[in-house]
Amino acid sequence: MKTEQIGKPSNRVDGRAKVTGEAKYAAEFNAPNLAYGFVLNSAIARGTIKSIDTSKALALDGVLEVFTHENRPGYVWGDKNYQDEDSPPGSPFRPLYKSEIQFSMQPIALVVAETFELARYAATLVEVVYEPDEFESDFNANMEKAYKPKKYKSTPPQDPRGKPEEALAEAAVKIEQTYAHPSEHHNPMEMHASTVVWEGDGRITVYDKIQGVQNSQKYLTNAFGLDEAHVRVISPFVGGAFGSGLRPQYQLFLAVLAALQLKRSVRVVLTRQQMFSFGHRPKTVQRFAIGASEDGKLQAIQQDVFAETSKFEDYSEDVVIWPGVLYKCDNVKLSHKLVGLDVYTPLDMRAPGGTTGIYAMECAMDEMAYKLGMDPLEFRLKNYAEKDQNKDKLFSSKELKECYRQGAEKFGWSKRNPEPRSMKEGHNLVGWGMAHGAWEAKQQEAEAKATLTPDGKLTVGSATADIGTGTYTAMTQIAADTVGLPLENVTFQLGDSSLPKSPLEGGSWTVSSVGSAVKAVCDKVREKLLDLAQQLENSPVANVGLDEVTFADGKISLNTDPSKTVSILDALKQNGGQAIEEKVTSKPVEGQEKFSPYAHSATFVEVKVDEDLGTVKVTRVVSAIAGGRIINPKTARSQILGGMVWGIGAALEEETVMDNNLGRFINHDLDKYHVPVNADVHDMEVIFVEEKDEHVNPIGAKGLGEIGIVSVAPAIANAVFHATGKRIRELPITLDKLL
Amino acid sequence: MLHINGAEVKLQLAPWTSLLDALREHLHLTGTKKGCDHGQCGACTVLVDGKRINSCLTLAVMQEGKEVTTIEGLAKDGELHPVQQAFIDHDAFQCGYCTPGQICSVIGLVNEGKAKTLDDIRDLMSGNVCRCGAYVNIVKVVQEALERSEAR
Repeated sequence: MKTEQIGKPSNRVDGRAKVTGEAKYAAEFNAPNLAYGFVLNSAIARGTIKSIDTSKALALDGVLEVFTHENRPGYVWGDKNYQDEDSPPGSPFRPLYKSEIQFSMQPIALVVAETFELARYAATLVEVVYEPDEFESDFNANMEKAYKPKKYKSTPPQDPRGKPEEALAEAAVKIEQTYAHPSEHHNPMEMHASTVVWEGDGRITVYDKIQGVQNSQKYLTNAFGLDEAHVRVISPFVGGAFGSGLRPQYQLFLAVLAALQLKRSVRVVLTRQQMFSFGHRPKTVQRFAIGASEDGKLQAIQQDVFAETSKFEDYSEDVVIWPGVLYKCDNVKLSHKLVGLDVYTPLDMRAPGGTTGIYAMECAMDEMAYKLGMDPLEFRLKNYAEKDQNKDKLFSSKELKECYRQGAEKFGWSKRNPEPRSMKEGHNLVGWGMAHGAWEAKQQEAEAKATLTPDGKLTVGSATADIGTGTYTAMTQIAADTVGLPLENVTFQLGDSSLPKSPLEGGSWTVSSVGSAVKAVCDKVREKLLDLAQQLENSPVANVGLDEVTFADGKISLNTDPSKTVSILDALKQNGGQAIEEKVTSKPVEGQEKFSPYAHSATFVEVKVDEDLGTVKVTRVVSAIAGGRIINPKTARSQILGGMVWGIGAALEEETVMDNNLGRFINHDLDKYHVPVNADVHDMEVIFVEEKDEHVNPIGAKGLGEIGIVSVAPAIANAVFHATGKRIRELPITLDKLL
Repeated sequence: MLHINGAEVKLQLAPWTSLLDALREHLHLTGTKKGCDHGQCGACTVLVDGKRINSCLTLAVMQEGKEVTTIEGLAKDGELHPVQQAFIDHDAFQCGYCTPGQICSVIGLVNEGKAKTLDDIRDLMSGNVCRCGAYVNIVKVVQEALERSEAR
């Protein structure tokens, strides 16, 4: 494939829509006679609703209905009907199903009124009497009840490899430490919202905030027993999600319920506080025991994970795969247990399992390097993994050494004095830390269609999403590049359940999966175009195969003599005024399974810690990324920068605090749940090292949504140790822990 | 009666309707975003007589007689405001949800004339949260906007 569009730092094709306010998000689609729903949430964490009195709310002029478990209609209430593409094993939550309260802030009523103001006010008039039960919300207090789930959502912990116990006992140098990662909430800027348009004949069009419109569609058809043809879900723009839109959230169910019952259009938007009432990154405690020889070779790794889940679903994420991926070690023992609490089920949040698992492991390895008296980078090179030992397969490509080299050089790592507290600037202790990371580059099955009209305009579509990741732009580039058209002649459509099937937009697999489908469907368009071009009288491209021509600048030209060309427009004229239409299903290519595909990163961080105040400032971050082929260096850099900002949040700021008196996440707004702001972010540099990967997928790209975050928080924690000599093993590293 | 983007609009609203909800739900000017409704995120930033404010923290009725400018009022005759164009060129957004507020905030910050250093910019833009983490690029937009305003 030539690289006319791929690899170019193009501006986002949806940029203009986003800077003018024209881009419409789920709560922004209008419908005639639109009613507004406001959700009322449970005040207790566990128990039952004894009574719920809606009469005062209903007495208000303009209040249309209050839906509760008492008057909700008799739909399909079997719990299997509430499962979705991202459900963990268990019994999914069913809104308004019964009087039982399973978690704090559970939705218990939907007040529907003519205006938003009225619905919100009326919700305050609903009187609820609860019968509270004992609840369990304290993670640490319930760790002893941790259990091995019958079925893991994630990769189950492997059986021990080698002889971990013996190797650990015999190792010359050992560390044993416990690391904790708190619960966190995604907090995309756009709150979850659904606008349901009642089409008048039993059909509904739903504008939903979701990372997969077909997931919402399937959920709705199952839960409400609706015909697939009657439910269309649309989501052209998503105001961030980071995993929160992988599962349909309760506002969708409630809005559709109200629309079907009232036979009118309904909008439900959650409040920021309610954004803390569903899935979150689970709290995780990890015990590491690591042994090494005196010369710094890893002998054994033992990782025991305890992770939060709800009482009704067994959520788990890939926390225990990293010892097999990040370091060479022959003796490994793993366990992964769940702590069931009376909370909503945790939910994949940017780099689920990697953010927590790599953080703990990379901090532990830094401790080991210090104990050995080795430079942390040298230690990593000494224990470099050439193979994914979980699968016993070679990596499809791995330019991590180049990440180390370029990152260290840019950062100036060689000038580092390894001694903690050795660098000072006035009040500030200066620390340099590093860590590396990885993220799997999966390819899923995906479909795409393409239409090339006689005027040379190409439209390609697949039901994927763009949550800010740049899907619109990357897919437009891949399509334009393949067919040889200028970017402005190509439109990519997504976020519509009527488009060809796409996997959920997550897992960093969209470019790999949907990108491969886009390329495949455009390859079919090329085939057809060449065929048409060869039908021309005295065709300059007669009797040649696809690999003997190039598609570029709107022309098909002969590789051996580029002056011999046929314009795409002329070729299209041979099609009798018809458009070329193609559709494909793209599956992971054969032979791919022989390799283990991962993206890699190395991050170098400088922090300044005020010795008197304990405040930590991340003054410099350099991340070097090996992510295969980069489709668009501009949007790719932005994705990595975003991941780095998330790393700062995880390391220093983010924590959803459980109040065990109430069983409720208590800092449930953006005032008390701290996410990084502009003043928290200083110099950041992204390096993409060159990496050719012929195995990962037909495009050679690995996906970048998650690799940007994983190595940042441990690098910061390690830098804080270097600055202060204090090892904080519980995130976030707030000033109280440093003083 | 509100003056919005140079036009007069007449509205009948519950007195407790915020300017933000009036714009989004009653006038369908949905370019102004709701991210928290509590003045904690800045997504709803608009310009009132050239000053940046959180439109969720003011009632629509309190803005009678003032000139409200929203993201929809920045481009003139199809030509983007230079700050809008700079957001595209520097890729200073990803999901785009905080972007209208960020853009209004940058214009407001330039009008204030207080930002002199890089740290000033970072501090004075900290009322606008960007969860995608586009801050490095947003700062570049502000630097450029300040240079443009000095050149004038």
